[in-house]
Amino acid sequence: MTQLNVRGLRVTLDRKEIIKDIELSVALGEWVCIIGPNGAGKSSFLKALAGIVDSSGEIFIDQTDLRQLSERDRACWVAYVAQEPIMPVGMKVFDYVLLGRTAHLKMLATESPKDLEIAHFVINELDLAEFIDRDVATLSGGERQRVAIARALTQASPIVLLDEPTTALDVGYQQEVLELIDRLRMEKKIAVITTMHDLTISGLYPDRLLLLAHGEIVESGTAETVLTSENIAKYYQANVSVVLHESGPVVIPDRKRKV
Amino acid sequence: MRTATARALPRWVWLFSAVAVLVTLTLGVSIGAVNVAPLAIWSEIASKVFGGSANLTPAESTIIWQLRLPRVLLALVVGAMLASAGCAYQGTFRNPLADPYLLGVSAGAGLGATIAIFYSNGQLRFLLPIAAFIGALTAVFLTYSLGRSAIAGRSSTALVLAGVAVASLLTAIQTLLQQQNTDKIREVYSWVLGRLSTSGWGDLLIITPYVAICILVLLRYRRVLDVFAVGDEEALTMGLPVGRARGAIIVAASLGTAAAVSVTGLIGFVGIIVPHILRLLVGNSYRILLPLSVVYGGIFLVLADIFARTALAPQEISIGVVTALLGAPFFLFVLGSSKNGSIS
Repeated sequence: MTQLNVRGLRVTLDRKEIIKDIELSVALGEWVCIIGPNGAGKSSFLKALAGIVDSSGEIFIDQTDLRQLSERDRACWVAYVAQEPIMPVGMKVFDYVLLGRTAHLKMLATESPKDLEIAHFVINELDLAEFIDRDVATLSGGERQRVAIARALTQASPIVLLDEPTTALDVGYQQEVLELIDRLRMEKKIAVITTMHDLTISGLYPDRLLLLAHGEIVESGTAETVLTSENIAKYYQANVSVVLHESGPVVIPDRKRKV
Repeated sequence: MRTATARALPRWVWLFSAVAVLVTLTLGVSIGAVNVAPLAIWSEIASKVFGGSANLTPAESTIIWQLRLPRVLLALVVGAMLASAGCAYQGTFRNPLADPYLLGVSAGAGLGATIAIFYSNGQLRFLLPIAAFIGALTAVFLTYSLGRSAIAGRSSTALVLAGVAVASLLTAIQTLLQQQNTDKIREVYSWVLGRLSTSGWGDLLIITPYVAICILVLLRYRRVLDVFAVGDEEALTMGLPVGRARGAIIVAASLGTAAAVSVTGLIGFVGIIVPHILRLLVGNSYRILLPLSVVYGGIFLVLADIFARTALAPQEISIGVVTALLGAPFFLFVLGSSKNGSIS
């Protein structure tokens, strides 16, 4: 079975080790979510996997060493959506989504009818057909996130990295985007790695949670095993109660009352 | 299939543009101290190409072939290069105020020209374009190596800052030289302010191959310029070798600009004005912005040159002064209307 294997991953920025020796295996179709307090290194870890920041250690997909690949070949394996993707003023939704085909084109080539067809297919699949003519810069937060995901899917990579896909969204859009990611990863057998900072939300859809603190994975497993009030007290310095609901653990901060 | 997109312009736009180029060229050749009827120009050209005789006086014929036509074509070629270089810089640096002189081309060319004027006697004056060209390329090379090594990381801001530093340094050296050779300052000034006038066919023939190759290279990168719009990080994860692509675009834009300014001196603002008027009309996609910048950059400079020749006739205004008079207010307008001075 095809899987992403990360071994001994380290990231150093300004002589400070931000990611220390991370090991991780993710199979296609699996959704792994990275949680952790601010500054734990969640985004840096994702960027290291995407090849945006320099790192050391092994990043393999089966026998393929991602470090040995060109930017283009690597992009055919791994797609990435930033926390707040830049939406260029004046660019149409269709053209933005079509940019996802870059990895499959020679640098100086232009898109073939097949590339246009793939972009159309993804747009229809994500119910974005009505937005096709809109300027991406005028979209709302939820629409932006969906359009950015459409761009990543047009890239047709088996591994998709999403940095905080729901942070900027209200609860309705959060649900919509998370349902979408969940459906796509199962239908298309995509390995999804996201970061999230809302703990309750992080427990709903992903198969596994990794709790990252000071650049290390300190806890991993199902939502029920990771999202405990002990763990959260220890790594977030927060007093919370965890209530088990049928959807997953619900994390409720305890209000500090002055007596 | 419905492909709502800004990737292609309707054919009539190109037809219109072709007509606009011909009309502008005809006007440029026709208008001047001696006006020549537009139709007479074309019959003269036809008679030269296909044989036969046209009813122009020998004097008029000489004006067309030796003065006007090379000058107007030079304006067309230089305008096309400056506008497309500006457009390409704006795309790859994601900054609407980037211009063809961003990385120190102007300061380098200015220093090169100054050195040539001060340290060559009259016979070696033909070296001036070569010295300006070498100066411009040296400046870009300095900027590029400083920006990439001194400040670590892939940030394009580092490159722009290095450009500012290199330009300041070279300008300081140029000023120092001027202070020691005050007798020749007038000549330096006439070069710095830009001129299209002193050229025969020679200058045009020298720079056209450089400019043509550079524009063709830039045109091939027009889809890549659209990829740059999403930012370096995401462009990289989409499979664009960001550093290599930016390097190639910078080299082509700088080389072409260096070739252009080596014969005309510094003509400012063309690379900002033309792409920005086009942005307002056709949007921000470089796939159409870049080819249109080539066409309308040429047209713009020919028109600006007509103005420079006729506004205060018989005196001629420096072409660089004309473009600056138009460009500086326009620059402020762009600065005011763009958010935080950035397209994104």
